[in-house]
Amino acid sequence: MNAVKAFGRFWYDFIIGDDWKIAVAVVSALALVTVLLVWTSIGDHVLAVLGGVLIVCAFAISLAIDTRPRRSK
Amino acid sequence: MSAATWGLLVATFAACFVEMVEAATIVMAMGFTRSWRSAFAGTGAAVVALAIVTTFAGYAITSWLPDSALQLVIGGLLLIFGLQWLRKAVLRSSGRKSMHDEDEIYRDEVELARAAGDVGSGLDMFSFIVSFKGVFLEGMEVVFIVITFGLNADNVPVAVVGAAAAVVVVVSIAFAARKPLSMIPENLLKYGVGIMLASFGTFWSVEGVGIFRTGRESVAWPGNDIALLVLIAAWFLLSRVFIAVLRVGAPPARATAAVPTGEFVK
Repeated sequence: MNAVKAFGRFWYDFIIGDDWKIAVAVVSALALVTVLLVWTSIGDHVLAVLGGVLIVCAFAISLAIDTRPRRSK
Repeated sequence: MSAATWGLLVATFAACFVEMVEAATIVMAMGFTRSWRSAFAGTGAAVVALAIVTTFAGYAITSWLPDSALQLVIGGLLLIFGLQWLRKAVLRSSGRKSMHDEDEIYRDEVELARAAGDVGSGLDMFSFIVSFKGVFLEGMEVVFIVITFGLNADNVPVAVVGAAAAVVVVVSIAFAARKPLSMIPENLLKYGVGIMLASFGTFWSVEGVGIFRTGRESVAWPGNDIALLVLIAAWFLLSRVFIAVLRVGAPPARATAAVPTGEFVK
């Protein structure tokens, strides 16, 4: 049981780490690329570049959330 | 040797180098404070466990997953892993997060080792377990990088050579220095590796999305492998922009020195 827990913990630390937003950003961007691939007729080259741009945007948003000024109570 | 092969070699070497420095710090803390014999025994046991995991994971991945699924799953994980490193590098360079300090980690480990009580004459279980855990956990990340880079680039031997070379170099430096490896510019290395991992991860994960279309053909990047170089340049330039922008908003004391003084971004 301990080994299973440790295995789960390792993957949690690996994928989520100390910032869950990165994992969410990557999954969201790739999900959007998948939607574009399945539901539109965009060509491969444009889709690949668009995918790259989406990943960068998702990363930028996660950084912006991290570093936004916090209101004092 | 082609540019892609050199890229693979450099990427696996640098990534494994950083992970091995962290593992070496833990083993050295146990060895100098408690028992070298037990620390080495823990290290050896971890290496054996890693070899077993690598064999099974490598076999399972290559046997069960089609190419595009491999690119999507492994590329996606690599991208998450790389962006986590890049995020930390950007935050550290802009003064919003404290620098990784190998000396401090070493001091913490030594403190823990001293608090664990006297060392007996036999195998010191504390040193053994701490060394085992340190090497195994850092080593798992190395294994992941070697498998992902090796399989996706269809050149596992070069990835293994890069990782093995990193182990040899780190062990040699540790042996020569006989102290924590804080002289190694780990933050800079992590920044470089973060860019490489993010670039390769972007390339492979977008290619792998092709699994969802009829025929399961990978999505093709313009210029094929050349796109990788463009991605590396793009991630580097973007990271510099992020650093410049975040530095402007950072508290003055932290913007340049990046010394830990209080509540930073976690």
